[in-house]
Amino acid sequence: MSNTAKSPWLIHYDGSSCNGCDIEVLACLTPLYDIERFGIINTGNPKHADVFLVTGSVNEKNAPVIRQIYEEMLEPKVVIAVGICATSGGVFRRCYNVMGGTDKVIPVDVYVPGCAARPEAIIDGVVKGLEILERKREAVRMSRKKVRGVPQ
Amino acid sequence: MRGVNDLGKRTVIPFGPQHPILPEPVHLDLVIEDEKVIEAIPSIGFIHRGLEKLAEVREYPEMVYVIERICGICSFGHGLGYVTAVEGLMGVEVPERADYLRTMWHEMSRIHSHMLWLGLTADSFGFESLFMHTWKVRERIMNMFDLTTGGRVIHSVCKVGGVRKDVGGEMLERIASEVRDIRKETKELTKVFLNDTSVKNRLCGVGILSEDDARDLCAVGPVARASGINQDLRLNGMCKYGELGFEPVTGKSGDCYARCKVRILELGQSLDMVEKITSVLPDGPVEVPVKGPLPTGEFMMRLEQPRGEAFYYVKGNGTKHLERMRVRTPTNMNLPSMVRMLQGCDLADVPVIILTIDPCISCTER
Ligand code: SF4
Repeated sequence: MSNTAKSPWLIHYDGSSCNGCDIEVLACLTPLYDIERFGIINTGNPKHADVFLVTGSVNEKNAPVIRQIYEEMLEPKVVIAVGICATSGGVFRRCYNVMGGTDKVIPVDVYVPGCAARPEAIIDGVVKGLEILERKREAVRMSRKKVRGVPQ
Repeated sequence: MRGVNDLGKRTVIPFGPQHPILPEPVHLDLVIEDEKVIEAIPSIGFIHRGLEKLAEVREYPEMVYVIERICGICSFGHGLGYVTAVEGLMGVEVPERADYLRTMWHEMSRIHSHMLWLGLTADSFGFESLFMHTWKVRERIMNMFDLTTGGRVIHSVCKVGGVRKDVGGEMLERIASEVRDIRKETKELTKVFLNDTSVKNRLCGVGILSEDDARDLCAVGPVARASGINQDLRLNGMCKYGELGFEPVTGKSGDCYARCKVRILELGQSLDMVEKITSVLPDGPVEVPVKGPLPTGEFMMRLEQPRGEAFYYVKGNGTKHLERMRVRTPTNMNLPSMVRMLQGCDLADVPVIILTIDPCISCTER
């Protein structure tokens, strides 16, 4: 396990959610669920983050914000869509100002279902994301080696 | 490079939509001079979904699921407001027990909302351990929601004609004992919030809203009460509040400390009310079958949410779909007051002031 996977930092952005999933994400940080025991820390800075948690669906106005945060994050990174809104639009699917899930603007690695997603499910999703993060890190390392011409 | 002569020039600092202190996206342009905020220009629209229009494609009993998802923090209150409005439209009488249960859940959601707010506020002035403690206590009430309704944040127990779930005697005892535990733990937290010097330094005299301003800007809920306006819609005879005997809490100074104190005192009141309901809950059915013609006409109702007055309007046209459904939420009313409070404050106080109106942007934009 790399250092990144030992202590991944996450950034959270609320798309057009109802808050339900956001407060569950916050609940994960607090003593009962205590996501910090996995070394996970919530940060506000995209450049420090390895994991991007998105709650809520995407609309015209927040799509650029989501894209910008994603682009500011350094490789390797994983995106986790929390809640059914972030997965597909959920109950708001037929609203006029909802484009759909997070995958309409950025690639998503893990989908956490639920409305609202329970803290246990969110933690499970993040832990799944860490495996993907590790694989991506390995891929980034290999490609750098290739560029430098180091024998494998 | 800026020289001495440039000091005092105006700068615009963008605040949000993604900001560590904001759980929700709202954007403010802060015009500052030195360290003082001269003007705050809010811009919203990041969370607008347009769910009022869904009333045209969802049938009216189904619509309650959508309404509950206006906001995950006051989800019970929104469900309650909507079903009460539809019941008013159709002339449905709700059984006594269901009404009491609704009151109990509504108060429980006030407890969870106020605790959530206290925690976030503690975090906004950098007192992280207090945030953690508050949220630890809050998990108890979330657990009670989970056990009685089956959901932690979205409950879906209200329906037109009553409530979907009954609460048994054993469960009521458990709630009562849990409430006693929560009260004990809240006492400890209260001491810190109201007497700790570092907390007082951050809250006292910050973001003052005078009583006249609060009236002029139509502040609602704890924000208005902290400025000395005695206004609480729970006194208007909705649900069973009349039988529970309570008096609204008001403050005087209208600063962040007063708003914090009002919420803390309300927390105690809500705990008392929940405990009282567990002992006076009458027997009987929890729902009545809804018969008769489909809703026609208009109905309007007001409800005191944890954040203040919410307004629901429904208009039926004799079909299964409502013709119009409208919600006006408390944060919507408190935004002008927030802009007033921000004028002239220090840049470092901005997060605290924004949080003391307990903003709920999901509600505001729907
Ligand atoms: S999935 Fe459900 S609880 Fe989560 S943000 Fe969407 S509507 Fe709210």
